[in-house]
Amino acid sequence: MEKLNNQDFLSAVQAAFGADVLAHEEAFGMLNIELSPARIHEAIQWLQQHQDLSVNYLTNIAGVHYPEAVGREFAVVYQLHSWKHNLRLRIKGYLPKDKLHIATITDLFAGANWMERETYDFFGIIFDGHPDLRRILNMDDMDYFPMRKEYVLEDATREDKDDRFFGRNNNEL
Amino acid sequence: MSQEIKDVLQAADPANVATINFGPTHPSTHGIFQNILKVDGEKIISSEQTVGYIHRAFEKLAERRPYNQITTITDRLNYCSSPINNIGWEMTVEKLIGVEIPKRVQYMRVIMMELARIADHLICNSVIGVDAGALTSFFYPFSEREKIYELYEEISGARLTTNMGRIGGFERDFTPVFHQKLQSFLKTFPKAFEEFDSMLARNRIFMDRTKGAGPISAERALSYSFSGPNLRAAGVDYDVRVMSPYSSYEDFDFTIPVGVNGDTYDRFMVRQEEIRQSIRIIEQAYKNLPEGDYKADLPDFYLPPKEDVYNNMEALIYHFKIVMGETELPVGEVYHAVEGGNGELGFYLISDGGRTPYRLQFRRPCFIYYQAYPEMIKGLPISDAVLTLSSINVIAGELDA
Repeated sequence: MEKLNNQDFLSAVQAAFGADVLAHEEAFGMLNIELSPARIHEAIQWLQQHQDLSVNYLTNIAGVHYPEAVGREFAVVYQLHSWKHNLRLRIKGYLPKDKLHIATITDLFAGANWMERETYDFFGIIFDGHPDLRRILNMDDMDYFPMRKEYVLEDATREDKDDRFFGRNNNEL
Repeated sequence: MSQEIKDVLQAADPANVATINFGPTHPSTHGIFQNILKVDGEKIISSEQTVGYIHRAFEKLAERRPYNQITTITDRLNYCSSPINNIGWEMTVEKLIGVEIPKRVQYMRVIMMELARIADHLICNSVIGVDAGALTSFFYPFSEREKIYELYEEISGARLTTNMGRIGGFERDFTPVFHQKLQSFLKTFPKAFEEFDSMLARNRIFMDRTKGAGPISAERALSYSFSGPNLRAAGVDYDVRVMSPYSSYEDFDFTIPVGVNGDTYDRFMVRQEEIRQSIRIIEQAYKNLPEGDYKADLPDFYLPPKEDVYNNMEALIYHFKIVMGETELPVGEVYHAVEGGNGELGFYLISDGGRTPYRLQFRRPCFIYYQAYPEMIKGLPISDAVLTLSSINVIAGELDA
C-alpha cells in the first residue's frame, strides 16, 4: 500500500472542504490545516471515516490564546494521527472572543471528553453538545479562565519578570 | 458489556444503593484523587471521578520559564519515570532549533529511558501485587529499583526528580562507576526479575484475582485515545518507539508485547514483557555505544564548563546569554512524542521567538486514559476496581499536571 503524504492529505481535505480550508502550512514536517470552526466537527468525522485517509486516533486537543489577533483570539487545535499512513496532522479553528463556541467531538472520540473539559477549564471555550462540560483540574467555583494571557503568573509589579526581558515587546495584553 | 454485568446493573434496587467514597486518600489510589462510587452490595453501579487535587499549573508555569528551566517541571509529571519526561522535553526543543544530536548521546538517552521504563513498570506491577494482597512481591523489586536510582544518581545527581540531561546532550559522560554499576545491573537484574515474575505471573490466586478485572476492548481503548501498555494489553500494537522512532530506536531489535482481553492480568503481563524487552534494548545500546561526545556542539543552549566561564571571554558571553535568556529562537509549532511509562507522552510547543514558550501543552497519557475508568469498573466488585486502578498505573503527577 502506498503511504500518503502531507500533500495528499491536504489535497483531499481541500477537495472536500473547498473554501472552508482557510489556511494551511507544513510546520516541522507536520501538516496544519485551518478550517472554519463551524465545519470542524464535520471535517474530523470525514477524516475519521474516510477509507483511505483513516485518521483513527485523536492525540490531543489544545486551546491557545492570541489576545492581539482581533476576531480570532482563541484557537482550538486538534492533533490527529492516521496510523495507516503514520501521518500526524493538526486541525485548527480560530474563534472570536465574544463567540467561544465550537461543536464537541465527543461523539467521534470518547477520549475527547476530558480534553475538551480541560480546554474549557483553562480557556473558557464552550464545546456545544458536550455531555458534561465542567471544570476538571481547577476548583468548580473558580470565576476566570487561568490560561488566558491576561492572567500573568507573578506579581505584576515585579520588574524582573517584565515581558520585554522574555524577548517580547508587547507588554500590554 | 457482558450479559452478566448487564444483569447486575438491571437488578440494582434503588433502596439498596449506597454511595461511598473511594479516595481522595484511599491507600490504593496511590495518589490523591476521588471516586464517588454508587454500589449495590459489592457491585459498582456507577462512579464519578474528581481529579486535580495536585494540579500545579505546569502549562502556565512553563509560559514564564526559559526552555532549560522547564526540564524540572517535566520531572514532576510521571515521577516514576522522570528521565523519559526530561529527555522527551529536551528532544522537543532540539526539534524546534533543529540540531543534530551525536549518536552517542542518542544511545545514552536510550539507555536512561529504558532504565526509567523498567523502574516505572516494576513499581506498577509490584503494586498490582500489593493490591491483590501479595506484599512480598513488592519488597524484592524495590531493591532492584534502588539500583536503577543509583544509576540515575551517577548521571544526574538526583534520584526521583532527576532533571536529567540538558538541551543538546548530557551534563556529563557515563562515569566509571556508572559503567561498573550498569554492567552489574545487567548481570543480576534478569535473574532477580524472573524471581519476581515467578511469584505472580503463574500464581493461581493472583491470576484468579486479576483475570477479567477491569477489561476494555480494543475499540473502546482506541476511542478513548489510550496509549502505552494499557492500549497494548487490549491488543493494539501501537508504540511510539516503533511508529515514529526517535533517538535512534530504529537501531534496536525489540518486540512489542500485546495482550488480548485488556484486563488487569494482560496489563501486568504486557508490562512484564516490556521490562524484558527494555533489558534487551539496553544491552544492545550499551554493547554498541558509539564513541564521541556526550553533548552536541550547541553553544547557544548548552552551558559551557565553569572553568571556561571564569577564564574565557567567549564562554562567559555564552553563559550570560543562556542564563539571561538572550538566545534567538525560531518561531513555530512542534509536537514531539515519546513512549513514556504510561504511553504517548507528547509536548506541543508553540514558540513565538521569545525566551519562554508561548504555549506548551503536555499530552499526558494518564489524564487521557483515566477518563475510561468508570466504564472499566462498571458492574465489578470494589476489590476489582482497586486492582484496575493500580494496573492502569495512574500517576497523580501526570494526571493533574
